[in-house]
Amino acid sequence: MLSPQIIDLLIKGLLDTLHMVAVSGAIGTLIGLPIGVMLAVTGRGELLQNFAFNKVMGAVVNMTRSTPFIILVVAIIPFTRLIAGTSIGTNAAIVPLTVAAAPFIARVVENAVREVDRGLVEAAQAMGATPFQIIRKVLLPEALPGIVAGLTLSAVSLVGYSAMVGAVGGGGLGDLGIRYGYQRFLPEVMLAVVIVLIVLVQIVQSTGDWIARRVNKRNLKS
Amino acid sequence: MITLTNIHKTYAARGGGAPVHALADIDLSIGRGEVFGIIGRSGAGKSTLLRTVNLLESPSSGSVMVDGVEMTALSAAELRRARHSIGMIFQHFNLLSSRTVFDNVALPLELAGTPKAEIRRTVEPLLDLVGLADKRDRYPAELSGGQKQRVGIARALASKPKVLLSDEATSALDPETTTQILHLLADINRRLGLTIVLITHEIAVIKEICHKVAVMEGGRVIEQGPVFDIFAHPRHPTTRSFVDPVINRGIPDSLRGRLSPQPGPGSNPVLRITFTGEKATTPVISAISRHLDLDLNIWHGQIDEIQGAPFGTLVVEALGDQAKVDAAMALVKENNLGVEVLGHALPANH
Repeated sequence: MLSPQIIDLLIKGLLDTLHMVAVSGAIGTLIGLPIGVMLAVTGRGELLQNFAFNKVMGAVVNMTRSTPFIILVVAIIPFTRLIAGTSIGTNAAIVPLTVAAAPFIARVVENAVREVDRGLVEAAQAMGATPFQIIRKVLLPEALPGIVAGLTLSAVSLVGYSAMVGAVGGGGLGDLGIRYGYQRFLPEVMLAVVIVLIVLVQIVQSTGDWIARRVNKRNLKS
Repeated sequence: MITLTNIHKTYAARGGGAPVHALADIDLSIGRGEVFGIIGRSGAGKSTLLRTVNLLESPSSGSVMVDGVEMTALSAAELRRARHSIGMIFQHFNLLSSRTVFDNVALPLELAGTPKAEIRRTVEPLLDLVGLADKRDRYPAELSGGQKQRVGIARALASKPKVLLSDEATSALDPETTTQILHLLADINRRLGLTIVLITHEIAVIKEICHKVAVMEGGRVIEQGPVFDIFAHPRHPTTRSFVDPVINRGIPDSLRGRLSPQPGPGSNPVLRITFTGEKATTPVISAISRHLDLDLNIWHGQIDEIQGAPFGTLVVEALGDQAKVDAAMALVKENNLGVEVLGHALPANH
């Protein structure tokens, strides 16, 4: 019932969405992971307690997180143009997606790292570990299942956000649904877009859960 | 090996109240190869005290000497190096859930930058020592509590420390496993000559493996000395409350009713004679009746063993006049046994 042109548009939309989510997720992780770890270890009574850093970084993260995504996209257009050279298109859309993803990822990583038992940190300190060694050898490996779960959550959120970047000509499945499904009254396109998004989110979630289970050695049956 | 001098630890109270004294006036001296126990109820400060030895808690004032090094004077890097020679085990084991048994034991060596081949050479004998060679590729979640603590012990020994700190290492274990772990610690102490400092709230742990003990209350050490002496002659009421359940120094309730603190008409003094160490087998009772013509009516007796040495108590009623009783007490003391007047037995009502 879908014309070949629409099928082509669906495939292109899916690839655009995957492209935007993958790139912004990857760069967001590169930025968010260290920030999340730093937020966790600079908190009160933590390894590298540092109120000034914690408060300032926490405020920056909160500012970005409390701006509605669609506002963020428009508000940072000059920044987007600086980075991507343009403010229109898939590559341009990656900039606001990354700006939204990084603080989100920072918070989920922070939570995962905070969940690590304080006793493990103490044990490592008693062994004469440096703070950097504690982060690398204790906190990150022990927080890994939580981090994977958090990154999965971030990826799912990014799929949702990516639907909004149609506002700046970002393309992708969301854009397809709005332009064809809504503005051209093609309910079957809307339905197809929704089904593809549901399947995509399902796959992301299941893969994330599977990886999180694989790396979690806490509940093994003997 | 470890000398703590005049240790104080004070926390500023939240909200500007009076500061909290977690530790006060602590002086401890722990000899090389000793198993030194610190006992106290929760909140007594024993955990804080243990952590001052490797400076996980830095004291507000005082000196911490470990193996001739003043710990409080070290830089951060020097302190980390010093910690390589102080192993530590924990009540909740604190193993990394993401690492196998082998990798958990290897962690302190990895941190110290030890080459892989040498790590293997060190870790494998340690797994044999704690009896977990067959579990080397298992994860902590697959082990029982006792096995987890064995991993903890192997990990603590990996950097070949001179001192082992034990933070309630058996408190999360069942009695049988506790005994096994304590025997393992005693064995390590003997075989490796390791100095062990352990804290516990269980007097049975002290009785089982410690040579010396310090009793803590309210952030202070209220009594310390060789385990045998503390068990035989506890002075502080708190110490007594720890010791009494395992060493029965008391008098049966049926006889307690006849005991009065003051002499009364027709009363006889009741003495407690304590037999300790090699004197425990002296035939002092028969000597008293033979030489002093003083009959002793035995009320209650008990023999225990503390640290492999016999320790006996005998509660007797002396059936004779005061002069003979004084002479009997002198005779007991001559034999280096302990004796004290518990009270006076009123004549039984007929």
